This record gives sequence, structure tokens and C-alpha cells, in this order.
Amino acid sequence: MLAAVLSLTVLGAVLGVVLGVANRFLQVEGNPVVDEVLEMMPGSNCGQCGFPGCAGAAAAVVDGSAPATLCPPGGKALASALAAKLGLSLDLSGMDDSGPKLAAVAEELCIGCCRCAKVCPTDAIVGAARQIHNVLREACTGCESCVPVCPTEALLMKPMPVTLQHWVMPRPAAVA
Amino acid sequence: MNLRTLLDKLLGSADWGIHPDDHKRPGADAPVRVMPAPSRLYLPLSQHSGAPARPIVLVGQKVKKGECLAEAQGMVSAPVHAPTSGTVLAVADVTAPHPSGLAMPAIMLEPDGLDEWIELKGCDDPFALSPAEINKKVAAAGVVGMGGGTFPSAVKLTGANRAGIHTVIINGGECEPYLSCDDVLMRTQAAGIVAGVRLIVHASGAKRALIGIEDNKPEAIAAMQAAAAGYDTVRVCPVPARFPMGFDKQMVKTLTGIEVPADGRSFDAGVLVNNVGTALAVWQAVAEGRPLVSRLVTLGGACVNAPGNIDVPLGALAEDVLAFAGGLKGDGLGLARRVIGGPMMGAQVQHWRVPVMKGVSGILALDAKEARLEDASDCIRCGSCVEACPMGLLPSDMAANIRKEALGEAVELGLKDCIACGCCAYVCPSSIPLVQHFTYAKNELAARDRATLRMEATKKLAQAREARLAREAQEKAEAAARRKAERAAAAAKTAAAAEASKQGEPT
Repeated sequence: MLAAVLSLTVLGAVLGVVLGVANRFLQVEGNPVVDEVLEMMPGSNCGQCGFPGCAGAAAAVVDGSAPATLCPPGGKALASALAAKLGLSLDLSGMDDSGPKLAAVAEELCIGCCRCAKVCPTDAIVGAARQIHNVLREACTGCESCVPVCPTEALLMKPMPVTLQHWVMPRPAAVA
Repeated sequence: MNLRTLLDKLLGSADWGIHPDDHKRPGADAPVRVMPAPSRLYLPLSQHSGAPARPIVLVGQKVKKGECLAEAQGMVSAPVHAPTSGTVLAVADVTAPHPSGLAMPAIMLEPDGLDEWIELKGCDDPFALSPAEINKKVAAAGVVGMGGGTFPSAVKLTGANRAGIHTVIINGGECEPYLSCDDVLMRTQAAGIVAGVRLIVHASGAKRALIGIEDNKPEAIAAMQAAAAGYDTVRVCPVPARFPMGFDKQMVKTLTGIEVPADGRSFDAGVLVNNVGTALAVWQAVAEGRPLVSRLVTLGGACVNAPGNIDVPLGALAEDVLAFAGGLKGDGLGLARRVIGGPMMGAQVQHWRVPVMKGVSGILALDAKEARLEDASDCIRCGSCVEACPMGLLPSDMAANIRKEALGEAVELGLKDCIACGCCAYVCPSSIPLVQHFTYAKNELAARDRATLRMEATKKLAQAREARLAREAQEKAEAAARRKAERAAAAAKTAAAAEASKQGEPT
């Protein structure tokens, strides 16, 4: 009995030390490029790209399983930055050109249940229980997390309004 | 390349710019017509660069001519005054004189036809005032750069004073074809302009002023020289007519020989540049206490019946100005392009229901020949645009990069230095819309910068939320642990008390 306990204890201790040493010297570091790409991502983990959060999206872009245009909230700016960083060829034409969208609360439908405010990754929805909620435009990333949780379908995605200051002259048509 | 451009090259007098047909006469020689207020005025809150003005009148309020309708807010801004007496109808949207055709908020005024001024507080000896007092009066009068830059003049004067400039340059170049409002202003109001120039010199702490006037305006040069005679700080300098001579960097280079650095402003070169119209507005603001409520606008183009200059109350629609000044030939038949401003750098608009603002210098109705409606063809690499570019850029290469969405390369080629003067597109034998390419690229880059800033801000919010959720979870756990401990302590206490009473029972 004693011999068995002792031998197993010694075995465990020795293997533990070996594992500890191996962890220290044989450790495989995460791809540093993934961390850098993650730093560029919006960080709201909205999941519109189909990957689990921005970390998953960053890993997918780096290993080439997703295009640089994967992130709708990041838009063209992020796509071109990612392409420049990773040396990818970029085709912006496939990107949704309808421009960024923002969530808006349809006031006649909102029942003040607070579910949308709880899931918003950037705290862009304000409102107390049984009060009509509102979306802060400056903080909304257009991630659509709030849309499926609303029990009355009161949340709509609307295009960001174009103002004189935000207007972009259309690109002249290519020469025939 | 026309003869005069070739002559420039051969003589080595300049290696930039173009010589478009100036089309300034007969409009420049026609007498100025003063337009009465139309049935409605639309006064945009953003007639200047910087923050929009804040309305301070109520709907239904009666105002007098010159009364402040909206006050400046923020560091760079300018107030808006009533161009005539009347009633405030609404604060509503009006189409901006801008190629996008988007709306901008404006105060809608219904004139009462009396045109009754408020009491103006003038000043008998403006030169006795300190620069700070002059700036205050200029700011209160809502004076902005009248050449089209629309930068608030008081902010510019204060900056010039702080930067310690040595020369004031008054821009009477007016190099845009068709436009003659500055020309006419110099012919008819030379004394007021020179007084304003001297006041600007006084307020900015400069030593001298140079008034640059293109040599295709001999009457204006003669009038200004007569008015400036006797003031040794003010000198009238005829400059060769060449587009874009009226752009400030070109004017500074031609008059003083100083080249303003690409990333710098005129202040860095010790120079303050103002338009002749601004000089007059400064004088009227300080000497008469008169706010900026009207301006000279050139009506031109082959489609107008009576080209000329019109004194227009601010806020009048271009439609009303045309109706007052004789309208369009054949009711607009043959009209190919509507332009607000000059034909080279102005804004093409889709209809005439746009208001005249402080920076609007012209209303042009161009026919198909003038608008040069031609389809673009392929670049033949002739290099005409490179020779014409006043900033020494490579328009053909920049456009090629922009066509393939390589905006970064275009920026490296100097896209940010492009002043959108239109020389390259004017000389292009393939009619390539080069300036549209550059404007698209500049707007798109600005949009991307805004998107990046926005993303950084929302990222901070997302991180703050995660931190908050973690903190709340931790606090919850701590509170639960504390409650557990309290419950345990309470239980122990009751147990101890029970024990004590049990022990006490037998005694």
C-alpha cells in the first residue's frame, strides 16, 4: 500500500516537473500577426463575419480562410488597412456599397424591455424599463446584435444619413 | 496649349497655369444693378467655414435689416444677419449650392418691403481703435473671406496678429473666367477698399500691403492706383493674367517671391491674404458698423440675357436673381450647365433654387459649347496636365492610381497638395474628368479617416463595457461571499447565544 502511494506520488511529481519545464522551453507562441490584426478590428465581437468574435475573425484573415473584406462594421477603411498589412490583393467591389448602417428604435413598437440595451456591445442603446429606448448614433457600430433580441421587432437598420460634410463625390465612370 | 501659354514657356516667365478665354466682357462693363429683396430669403446657418451659426430668433419674430439672426458658436464661426426687414418664417432646409444637391438648414425670412435698417453704430476714426477692438467689430459683422474661401475674417486677423506677419496681400486677381464682381468693386469702390486694406494692415500688425490685380483689368488698376496714391504702405501691383493667379499660394509667390510650403499656411511665410471684397466688408463693418448682408454677384454665361454684376441680398435664390436680371435666353433652352461660382472651381448645381451665400461670386448659365460636354477617352500620355498643374503635380499618374483604387499611391504623388483648380482637366485633349477623380479620392480618404476615428471610439466603448461587466460580476461574487459570511456569523452568534442560555438554564 505504502509502496504504491509513494511510487505514484514520485511519478506524478516527476511528470509535473517535466511538464512545467516543457511549458517553459517548448512553448509555441500565438501568431503575433493575429494579435496585431486583432488590434485593428472593431473589437465589438458582433459576429457579423460568421466567426466567434474579433479574435476568430483576425485568425481567419491571417490564415487566409477569410477575405480582407469580412468585417461589415469596419467597412472599406478596415478592408484596405488589412489588405495593406497582410499584402493581400483587395477587391472592394464585392463590398456592400450601401454604406454604413445604424440601428434605430421604432418608437411606436418599443415596449421598454431593455433586452437590446443588454446585448449592445458598445452600450449604444439607452433607456430604462418600460421607457422608450433610443440609439446613440455616435456609438452604434451597426453590428445588428440588437435586432434579433427585440420581442416586438422595433429595431431597424437604417443607412447612416449623408450630410454635406460626409458626402463623397461619386467616382467618374471608367473610360469606355 | 495656346499662344500665350507657349510665350510664357519660351520667355521662362512662368511654368504653370493656363490662359482660358476670360469671357469677362461685356458683363464687367455693365452698370451694377441693385436687386431688391425677393418674396423669400433663405439664409443658411453655414455660410462660412467652421461651426454653423446658432439661430437666436423665434419663428414669427419681426426683424429689421442688419439684425443678428444667428450668432457664432465655437472658435471658428460667423454670425448671420437679416439682409432686409421682415418676419422670420421658419428654420428649414434649403438646397446647398453644392454638387451633391444635399440640403442645409437655413433661416427663412419673409421681407416686409420696408427695408428698414437697425441703428448702425459707426466709428469716426477706425484707425484709433486697437486691433482687438477692430477684430471684435469684424466678428460681430459676420465678415468672411469673400473670394470663396469664406473663412471668418476676424479669426484670420487674430491669427495673423499672433503669427507676426509682415505683409498683407490683397487679392484682386479674379482669375476665374466670366467673374467680374471684384473688378467692378475695385472700379466703383476703390476708396473704401483702400481704407479697408489700411485697416487690415493696422489690425494685423503688418508693415505694408500689396494689392495684386491681373493686367486684364486696366480700369480697376487705374482706379485702385488713384485711391492708393498718398498712402506709402499700400502698393498696387499689376500681375500677369494667368489662371489660377487668384489662388493665394500663387499670388504670394508672384508678389513676394516667397513660396508657401506644401503643408503650411500663408501665415508661415509671414503673409496674410485677403480678397478685395473682404477689405471693403471690413471697412464697412468697422467704419459704418454695417454687417455683411449683401454682395456683388456676377451673372454670366451664354444663356443669360443680360450678363453683368448684381448687388444681391444674401439668401436670395439664384432663381430670383435670374428673374430680376433678365432671365435666360429662350427660357433656358440650350442651357447645358448651371454653375455657382466660377467655371473652373465653382459648383455645378442641378437647379436654380439655391441661395446666394457670402462666398458666392457668380451665377453662370453655360451652353453646351461653354460647358464642353465631351465624352472622356483614354489617356494618351501627352503630359499637358503635368505642364499645366500650378502645384507641380502629376495629374495623369494620380488619376491612374485613383482609377484602380490605389489612393495611398495618389497621396504619395501629392494628392493632398492638389487645389482642384481644374487646369489639368481644362487642357486634357482626352477630356478626362481629372478633378472629379481627385475630389472623389479626397472625399473618400476623409470618409475613411472618419470611419477609423469612429471605430477607435466604439472600440473604447466596447472595452469599457467588457471591463464594466467583469467588474459587476466580481462585485456580485464579493457581495455574495460577504452575505454568506454574514449569514454564517449570524448563525454562529445565535448558536452561541443558544449555547449560553442552555448553560445558564441549570443555574
